[in-house]
Parts: sequence; C-alpha cells; structure tokens
Amino acid sequence: MARDDVKTGYKLIGTRPNRPDGLDKVTGRARYGADFSLPGMLHAAVVRSPHAHARIVKIDASKALALDGVKAVVTRADLPTGLTGEELNLQDNTLAGEKALYDGHAVAAVAATSALLAQDAARLIEVEYEVLPHVTDVDAAMAPGAPVIREGVADYSVPEGMNGNVARYMEFGHGDVDAGFAAADIVREQTYKTEATHQGYIEPHACVAQMGEDGRGEMWVCTQGHWYIRRMCASVLGIEAAGLRVTPSEIGGGFGGKTTIFMEPLPLALSKKAGGRPVKLVMSRSEVLRATGPTASASMDVKLGMKTDGTITAGQVFFRMQGGAFPGMSPIGEALPCAFACYDIPALKHEAVEVIANRPKAAAYRAPGSPMAAFAVESLVDEMCRELKLDPIAVRLKNGAKNGSKSSYGPVYNVIGLQETLEAAKAHPNYAIPLGPNQGRGVASGFWFNHGGETSVSLAVGEDGTATVMIGTPDIGGSRASIGLMVAECLGIPYEDVRVNVVETGALGVNEPTHGSRATFASGKAAVESARQAIAEMCRRAAADWGIDAEAVEWKDGAAHPAGPNAGKHPPMTIGEIGSKMGSTGGPISGHHEVTAGGYGASFGTHVVDVEVDPETGRTTVLRYLVVQDAGTAIHPAYVEGQYQGGAAQGIGWALNEEYVYGTDGRLQNPIFLDYRIPVASDLPMIDTVIVEVPNPGHPYGVRGVGETGITPPLPAIASAIAGATGARIRSLPCSPPKVLAAIKAKG
Amino acid sequence: MSKIHVTTTVNGDPVEFLADPRETLLDALRNHLDLTGTKEGCGTGDCGACSVTVDGTLVCSCLMLAAEANGKRVETIEGMAGEELHPLQRKFIEHAALQCGFCTPGILVAAKALLERNPDPTDTEIRYWLAGNLCRCTGYDKIIRAVQDAAAEMRGAA
Repeated sequence: MARDDVKTGYKLIGTRPNRPDGLDKVTGRARYGADFSLPGMLHAAVVRSPHAHARIVKIDASKALALDGVKAVVTRADLPTGLTGEELNLQDNTLAGEKALYDGHAVAAVAATSALLAQDAARLIEVEYEVLPHVTDVDAAMAPGAPVIREGVADYSVPEGMNGNVARYMEFGHGDVDAGFAAADIVREQTYKTEATHQGYIEPHACVAQMGEDGRGEMWVCTQGHWYIRRMCASVLGIEAAGLRVTPSEIGGGFGGKTTIFMEPLPLALSKKAGGRPVKLVMSRSEVLRATGPTASASMDVKLGMKTDGTITAGQVFFRMQGGAFPGMSPIGEALPCAFACYDIPALKHEAVEVIANRPKAAAYRAPGSPMAAFAVESLVDEMCRELKLDPIAVRLKNGAKNGSKSSYGPVYNVIGLQETLEAAKAHPNYAIPLGPNQGRGVASGFWFNHGGETSVSLAVGEDGTATVMIGTPDIGGSRASIGLMVAECLGIPYEDVRVNVVETGALGVNEPTHGSRATFASGKAAVESARQAIAEMCRRAAADWGIDAEAVEWKDGAAHPAGPNAGKHPPMTIGEIGSKMGSTGGPISGHHEVTAGGYGASFGTHVVDVEVDPETGRTTVLRYLVVQDAGTAIHPAYVEGQYQGGAAQGIGWALNEEYVYGTDGRLQNPIFLDYRIPVASDLPMIDTVIVEVPNPGHPYGVRGVGETGITPPLPAIASAIAGATGARIRSLPCSPPKVLAAIKAKG
Repeated sequence: MSKIHVTTTVNGDPVEFLADPRETLLDALRNHLDLTGTKEGCGTGDCGACSVTVDGTLVCSCLMLAAEANGKRVETIEGMAGEELHPLQRKFIEHAALQCGFCTPGILVAAKALLERNPDPTDTEIRYWLAGNLCRCTGYDKIIRAVQDAAAEMRGAA
C-alpha cells in the first residue's frame, strides 16, 4: 500500500510534496513548444496530401514564392538522397517522395514572415496528383487483390504467398498446444478488433528551429526525447548530430506520440534556405490527428482451452496489426509477448503479421500493443469464466504468473506483484457492491515490460549545500518531483534543497526519451548513483579536514560524521559547510552516472469496473472504476495515482468512444476533437486506486515504472462489464452506443 | 488586408494592438501581447485550453476574433494570482491536479468562473461545467477534488 499509512525507513520517499514546476504551470509561465519565439523568426505552414494514396506528378511553388514575405519553400527535392531503412521511412514521412501515402501526408512546407502569410502561401503551392487505389483497413489490406501500397516492404520473415502489404511475420511459443486443447473441457475461439486511436495529447506538436548554411543549428521543441529528435533530424537532413543542439520545452502530454519526429526537420530545412532565420512550426489539431502517430489498428484471433475448474490448458493467438504506410510501426513485437504475460500456461502459440495501409505512420502509444492484446485475450478469458460460472479473479489467481514463473515470452519473472494486485482487487469494497438492473462488472489484468534504457545524469553540489540534478528525460507527469525526492532522501537534505532540471542535448550523454515507463526508474536510479558519488567525495573532503581515512567517515542526515570510536571526535560536517569550502578543498563536487539501465522489473495491474447500459440507446455509463497496480515503491504516491487514473481514462476512451473513422475515399472523417471525442470530465466517475508495493530489487528504492500498464485492462474490462449488463459481447471496439444497441437487439 | 486597431483591457491593464481581421483573440493574446499562458489545443472550441473571460463571460478565445475584444475586459490565467496564488491555483498544486499542465490554465480560468457563479457546486456540477476543458493526463479525478477543496476554502469552510 502507499506509504501514507505505512511506516517505512524513509524520510521523504512516499510523501506528497508540491512539484517543483507546479507554480509555473498554474500561472501560465511554463513554456511549452509553441510558447517560444526568437528575434527575426519566420513562421511555417505545411502542404498536405488530400488523398490517401497518390503519385505526386508535379509541385509548383512559384505563385507562393512570388508573395512578398515568403522566404522559402522545401519539398522532397531539397532533402538528401540515399537513406535506407528506418531513416528513409522517417524522411519519407517528413516529406512525401514519389507518392503520398495517406490523407495528411506532408508534401511541401513554406516559411513566411507571419503564420497567416505562410498559410496563404501554402494554399498557393500547386500539387498535381495522380490518385491511386488505396486501402485503410487491416484485414482488407491483407486480402488477395488489395492494392499493394509500397513494393518490397516484406522482410525475410514473411511467408510466401501473403499479400505484398504484409511487412513482417513473427511466431513463438512453447509446449504442445494441440495436447493442451485436447486436455481442456471447453475450447473457445473468437476474433476481436480494435480501431486505431490517437494519444490525444492536448498540446499540438510545435518547434522553433534555426540552421545556418554550415548545417549547424538549434531547436526548441516539445518532445519526450530530444536526443531522438537530434538523431532523427540529423539523419533526415544529412547533417551531423553534434551540430544540432536540441532543447526540450515543457511538454503538453506525449503518451508515446512525441518519441519520434513528424515535422521537426522542416523548420530546420526552411531556416537554412531562408538564410538562417529561425522558423516556428506549430501543428493544428487536424494536422495532429491526420499526420501524427495514432496507434495501430488490430484484428486478432484467440483460442483458449479451459477446464471446468478454470485451469487454462493452452492458448493460441494470431494478430494482424497495421501501423500505417511504413513498415516497423505496428507493435506486433510488443503485442505478442504481452498477450499472455499475466498467465502461466503450459502450452502457448503466438503468431502475428504486420500490415501496411494508407494511414499515418503509427507511433508508440502507452504500452504499445498491450491494450489490443489484452482486449483479445482478457475478453475471451472473461467469456469462458461467464460460461463456466467462475469468478474472474479466482481464475486469474489460479492461472496467473508468480515470482519465478517463466513468462509467456521467455524470461523468468523475478519479483512481480500480479497476485498481490488480484488479491487487493478481490478484497476491495468495489468488488462486493451489489449490481442493479442493466449493470455489469468487468475485471481484467494488464502487463507492461517496463524499460531501462540509455540514461545519463549529473548532479552538482552548490556552495550553499543545495543540489542541482541534470536529467535528460523530459518531465511529463511529475518525474522531477519523484527524482528530487529520491536525491533528497539519499543526500539526507530537504526536498526543497534539490532542484532537478531537464537539460539540453549539449549537457549530458545520450538519453533515451521518457518512454517505456522508464523516467522515474532509470533517471532516478542514475540520479541516486550520482548522489552517492557526491556523498563519497564529500566524505573524502571531511576526512581530509579531520585528518582521518575516508573510510572512517559515514554520511547521514545531510552531513559527514566520524564513523566509530577510532575515527576521533569531530562534529558533523554538513553538506552546506562542505559546499561552502569546496573551492579551497579540491574544487567543485559533483556526481555523474551513465548506464543502459537494467533491472527495471515488470509491471502488472488489475482493474474492476462497473457500468450501466441504457437499453434504449446502448449508451454505457461508467459507474465506478478501480485500478490496482504494483508500483514497486511509490516515490510520490499522488503522481503514481495520477498515472493509474490517467491510463484508465485513456483506456476507457478507447473502449467506449475513440476511433479513427476513414471514409471510402480514404480520408480521415473525424480529425477534430469534436468528432474524435476523448473522455470529458462528465463522462467519468472518480477513479479509485490501490497502490500495491512489491519493491523492485533492481532499483535502489524499489521503483517500478508505473506509466503504461493502466491503459491496458480497461478495454477488456469494460467490454466484459457491458456483457455482464446486457448479455451482449462486443468484440470490436469501440463499444459505441449504436454498436451496443445493435448487439442488444441482435440478442433478442 | 488592412489591420484593425483594437483597444482593450487585459488583466486590468490597458492594451492596444493591430489585428489582422482573421486573427482570433487567442492569436492576439499569444502573439501580440506575449501572454502565452493561454494555450491552443484545437482551434475549434473543443478543448478549452484557450479559456479566458471577456466581460466576465467564459469563452474559448480561439472562437472569438481579436477585433471583437475591442472595448472589452479580458481576464487570462496571467491575471489570476495577485501577490499570492488564487486558492484554485494552490489547490491544484497540492492535489497534484496537473500532470503535463497544458490544459491547466484553461481549467483554472473555467473553474474560477464556475465558483464565482456557484460557490458550492456538486461534483456533477463541476464535471459538467468543465466538460468543455479536455485533460488527457489525469482522468479528472484530482481536478474535481482540487476544485472542491478550493471552493470549500473560499467559502470559509476549510
């Protein structure tokens, strides 16, 4: 449970202090991507394809360039050639080459002295298209005779005879599934579909960039990972990474969608063409929805064998996922390992294909692949529990993964908390509340691997005994507060004496983005190691002053103390005293740690949801919602709860309402928030949370990433609750009112 | 296109600027007056990140032309705190009612407008009042709690 009501050995970890960036964020002072400006700055606009699939015959920018105040136009012809693999995909997505591959694909960009003028100029750029046949649905893209949208995308893994849109195939498993199914009392097989959804961060992509004719430049950008931005922009533009200095702004949400580039090379290229003047580019909401990373859409077959006592004897899945017009973006490599990660099943077979279609290049979205896989597998588990009249938590406890279980995808779990989340869900009062008419309850568990990744952190002791920490993982949900707590705990100084800054690419070694639920885990781990280095140095300074061995000094409560009777009697030397004298005792005191962090510890959660379905309209109301998840150790419980609640809300949106709707013309039909409707305040109840704490042995304070698992269980849990309320099972998300109403009517 | 001379009051200060007839109040606040605390999330009045009050009425500043602000009294997030934070601002920090913080200015402006009309709202009233302010990070739970706590404090009940 959270530290609030449990006594621990920690002074600060588990408390809920104000976040350091809170004041800026409640006063409007925090600077996000679009809030930054430079003297002499130009504004850019992008010309986008109105066609899902079209050959670009000609681009004529002469009328635009003739306008006073228009300074530069870039097209694909301005970018270097010869790129391959993912670098070519990134370049192809930045600006279309021979073909536009989806509605909204960028074709040209223009820079002018004002945003309005740039938009006017964009409308004057004439693009001649030859429209080609398109396909947007994952199953349709695989069907015989479907238009092959790009030749040669299939890699070595794709079996012969598959449609040319199939880019990748993977399979793995263990045990004898045929024997497993034969041993079952019931074997059930179903197909489930999920539509693409968008991360839906409220801040559109925005950046200001400047690049001179020497190919050196600077960028201020909202991103989850500025080293990724630097590497990708450098690749696409053919410049050197070290020549580009990238500073992250505050970030208005990312959820995976800001781990890559979409338009960031454009202002750099425009700036270079415009004599090095800085260029600002801010996407509109419809550009965000049409042309930045939605998640994959999926079509999934699942087969399970179960005994009447609930023992699962075998499982089999075949997933088909499309991640847009570029190979490599569909998360089959994550979805398959996540499918049965919550279970210990003797025989499993996993297969999946990645398919390309005329849709935008998908990006990561919170636990990429896991929500779809959970929707398929957890829905079928629930269907079989209902058929056999078994308690869904009891079945999960019986079959669930435990410490030392060999995971469905290979590795052996070390210390995990799935069973604890199930027990806590079972014991929670929500699970015992009687249900009324038209009400139903759904249960599902979820998994995310978590991640460590490349991490570089520095810490400097100030002359007044405060500490400054430099991290490279942008803070999206309170990680500066969590890292500050860990450093203050380690140094034994007040939380307020630690300032954590997210610094630019020139200030640290390479950091992976804030992704994979890694920021508090990995930057926190490296920050603690940095603090320990600084402590060791401070002990040496005290020892030198006292004329004793450094080993005879120990650090506690923010000061060096002589350790043991042989160290002599010396009053404690505080960090403030050491800091104030460090210039004359050997120079600045700092710590630095860099690592590709391992030991991240898998994450599990269990959700319980109650819904009421209006039998007249098919509208589903979420009555109450419970998230139980293992945090390892909750450093700042309020922001752990925030991750649980936010993940659940996104999952609820995916389950009930959100979807990419493509017309027969291949154009996105709902590219504004009015029509792509994410949950609003009046759609949701309070979201109850239980923080289970099974400390992760791979972190100095037991942290596990908490960001992603929470989006996974809502999809199946809500569909199962609707089944409980109506008797109708929705196997294709979203569970929108017309779909639920039709299912109720079909049931009769 | 000739520009329009606009004279208005923003957070109590008299201001004037030249607006393109196509520019919104949001554009003017952000680009002419350097008040970037008001955010653009959608430009179509669906997300509420650009919420301000005009003559006391809560509006999406992306749906109002800059020229329409002439002679009006505009209040933005930058005007919410005096020497001390407004109770809503303080309670949002204390309750961890923000994660990325991008929607926060608009939600604070909208919540302040609610409490001026209804100092003792129910949870449901808060949820419907804020239904035009999208937050993608929090699931709204802590936002509702922070507004309730601020309302209680402002009523003197805390």
